[in-house]
Amino acid sequence: MEEQKKGVRLENISKIYTDPKTGKEFYAVEDITLDIQPGTFVTLLGPSGCGKTTTLRMIAGFESPDRGEIYLGGEAINSLTPNKRDTAMVFQSYALLPHYNVFDNVAYGLKIRKLPREEIRRRVLDILKLVEMEGMESRMTNQLSGGQQQRVALARALVLEPGVLLFDEPLSNLDAKLRVTMRTEIRKIQQKVGITAIYVTHDQSEAMSISDKIIIMHKGRVEQVGTPREIYYHPTSRFVADFIGETNFVPAKIVSAAGEKAVIDVAGRRLEVNNFAHGRPGEEAALVIRPEAAALAEEGLLEAEVTLSTFMGSHQYYQALVGSMEVQITDYNPMGRRIYEAGEKAWLDFDTRGVYIL
Amino acid sequence: MAGRQSARLERKKFFSDPVLIGMIAVLLVFLALFILYPLLMLLVDSFYAEGRLTLDIFRRVLSLQRFQTAFTNTLALGLITGLASTALGLLFAYVEVYVKLRTRFLEKLFSLVSMLPVVSPPFVLSLSMIMLFGRSGLITRSILGIYDANIYGLKGIAIVQTLTFFPVCYLMLKGLLKNIDPSLEEATRDMGAGRWKVFTSVTLPLLLPGLGNAFLVTFIESVADFANPMLIGGSYDTLATTIYLQVTGAYDSTGAAAMAVVLLSLTVVLFLIQKYYLEKKTAATLTGKASRARMLIGDKSVTRPLTVLCGLVAGFVLLMYIMVPFGALFTLWGRDYSLSLKWFRYVFKTSGIKAFKDSFMLSLIAAPITALLSMVISYLVVKKDFRSKGFIEFVSMLAMAVPGTVLGIGYIRGYANGLFRTGVMSGLYGTGLILIIVFVVRSLPTGTRSGISALYQIDKSIEESAYDMGAGSGRVFMTVTLPLIKDSFFSGLVTAFVRSITAISAIILLVTPDFLLITCQINEQAEKGNYGVACAYATILIAITYGAVLLMNALMKQFGTSRRIKEAA
Repeated sequence: MEEQKKGVRLENISKIYTDPKTGKEFYAVEDITLDIQPGTFVTLLGPSGCGKTTTLRMIAGFESPDRGEIYLGGEAINSLTPNKRDTAMVFQSYALLPHYNVFDNVAYGLKIRKLPREEIRRRVLDILKLVEMEGMESRMTNQLSGGQQQRVALARALVLEPGVLLFDEPLSNLDAKLRVTMRTEIRKIQQKVGITAIYVTHDQSEAMSISDKIIIMHKGRVEQVGTPREIYYHPTSRFVADFIGETNFVPAKIVSAAGEKAVIDVAGRRLEVNNFAHGRPGEEAALVIRPEAAALAEEGLLEAEVTLSTFMGSHQYYQALVGSMEVQITDYNPMGRRIYEAGEKAWLDFDTRGVYIL
Repeated sequence: MAGRQSARLERKKFFSDPVLIGMIAVLLVFLALFILYPLLMLLVDSFYAEGRLTLDIFRRVLSLQRFQTAFTNTLALGLITGLASTALGLLFAYVEVYVKLRTRFLEKLFSLVSMLPVVSPPFVLSLSMIMLFGRSGLITRSILGIYDANIYGLKGIAIVQTLTFFPVCYLMLKGLLKNIDPSLEEATRDMGAGRWKVFTSVTLPLLLPGLGNAFLVTFIESVADFANPMLIGGSYDTLATTIYLQVTGAYDSTGAAAMAVVLLSLTVVLFLIQKYYLEKKTAATLTGKASRARMLIGDKSVTRPLTVLCGLVAGFVLLMYIMVPFGALFTLWGRDYSLSLKWFRYVFKTSGIKAFKDSFMLSLIAAPITALLSMVISYLVVKKDFRSKGFIEFVSMLAMAVPGTVLGIGYIRGYANGLFRTGVMSGLYGTGLILIIVFVVRSLPTGTRSGISALYQIDKSIEESAYDMGAGSGRVFMTVTLPLIKDSFFSGLVTAFVRSITAISAIILLVTPDFLLITCQINEQAEKGNYGVACAYATILIAITYGAVLLMNALMKQFGTSRRIKEAA
């Protein structure tokens, strides 16, 4: 299957929709250019309405782009219908054929390709083994649990050995625990098979845990492309920083900047911090501090007043005022450290190498 | 904004699917040729004479005394039948949904009475009405001793039509009443309103668009009805019967065409109001599902009179249907009530066998065509997007508003001398094929409507997944769509069969001596006053249609995987 995997390239893709109520046209997807390398697991992540599903459906062929061209393994596929594209999709609602049993569902695509009976049988059974559904061939789909249906949907797509595997929020109908199990499972299978996968989700932890690369989308545009680590530690826009994880934005002013470092003025103090976004001296900026990267202490960098202190089990959760800004702090495993109560004065302390300005 | 590359790409994808194109092309040709073209020919006939556009034909027809009477008659009848059916339907629906019924027996009776008009030929009630209340009626003459009873005319038609059509209103209104959230009524009662006040201030206003809808549907049915006015109308002519007589009696087919245009305009306008205005309003006011079960009214001062009233009506309807087999079994209606099989024997000795064979064969051919065609239309309308989709949807629904008589005249004018009188396809006229086509066209809208509502229940992504795995449109339709709407397909099959074998209005104008049809035989015998023979035919016809429905239920239980899936889901 190794030679099967294909890369996907979107070139200046736009999709225009008409609002059925107002009759106004708007961009569902605007001028997206992406290069997805063969064999990688890429996630389209964003809030609802950001254009991620539309993008996926354009790759599958259910929607046609208004501008630009889509390439699959170097071949332009814009004018191909979904049944002629070398893609296979796992649907949000699984979309198993309810009048077929598990075997026939998985065999459906192979039968269309007119493969010999024996080969179909062998491939279906192999793939069911891979998704740990062996022995369930003759079950009807309504006798399966949500997780099992999910596995069948995955098997049905995998068995076709497509150039690229598409996932449209496949875990959103499962309960929280099963979601975590299934996402690791999907990732494992993808790595084992070595297939290219494009995965749509609005769940950032799902995206983080599963992807080689995350593409953050917002209002039809690509905000940032990067590995989960890059996205978390080096967001290039306020939207990305805000969307991924919890974040504090503390207003600051850039005093001087050199390379990827800058000296800023925050609440009357001067600090040297990371400057990935290349802010220039004199500009207003926001100092980004993740709640788990800061702590309350007897002495530190910024003066703070605790306004809320809550025990959350795994951590102590604080809200504190720095100047007029409210900051959130999570202190994991606080045993042996001082617990601050609301109304107390404290210092906000953090490692300046771990924070940055936007 | 953009040069709409997507539109171009969609077109390209669309044309790379030959099966889809084929389906659409076949449909377009069929609908244009057998629905639009005949109606168009009626317009041509009534506005175009001696090589120029003219209003002369209309002027002549409109000034005919016979036409004017028929027109006012039709409206009066439609109004009475519409109002009465809606009221009766509301009564039954209200009792079923709101009132605690004492026995399961009444529920069974209601559902039987609401199903009977579906499986029976449209005019059996007229037959039994005459046998019960006519000049030699069982009740009027034999029991009450009235010798000059006259059930013919407006009151006869109105009663018969009301009893035939009210089940339609009942089913429509029952669905709506069930969707009213009981807490609305409980809240008003809690604020101090009495039951009657709740009914007039909450239930009725919420139901109003639905009532309007039911009224218009029965109004259209009444106006389009041909067989009942024919049998029990006496000298009370409606547009449908006048058109028929204009062709068969006065040999004035252009005049008939002009009348048909008037009748068609009437039903189409009503249909458009009903479909595009009232249906939307009904859906808008009653959208929610009832949050929980309703506390049924158990108060005896309410339940007693309502149940008695409904029981009486239902019993009466049942009596009317029971009269049919007895009409065939009694030696001589009105004189000799001893039982004999002589009418049945008479039927089989004369043209009975051929009539049953012809009716049965033609309907048997028409039914699967209708069912498949309506499923294809539903599939295209619900699941596909293409330019002529609006046209296909509109024309196939329009057929619902075309009275059978109008369609019949259209076929005569359109096909008697070939397409556009050129002689092309003139071989079609007078054959069994044209009868089959009429059957298909007449049953298409019902099948399509049920197919469409069935398809809306199916998640779009199920078909998309099959498409994604490599299946083309034709394959998706055959392996996914059709199996999933099997119930709807089977019931469409049987409904088409039943509607075809009981059809008369369009058929009676087109049938040639080569074919004998049961319905035409019943009509002919009843006209001659041979009620025994007519009843014998009707009895066997009801037995066939009822058998078909039973067979369908049995088949659906056997193969009804789609039902099993729904239950498990």
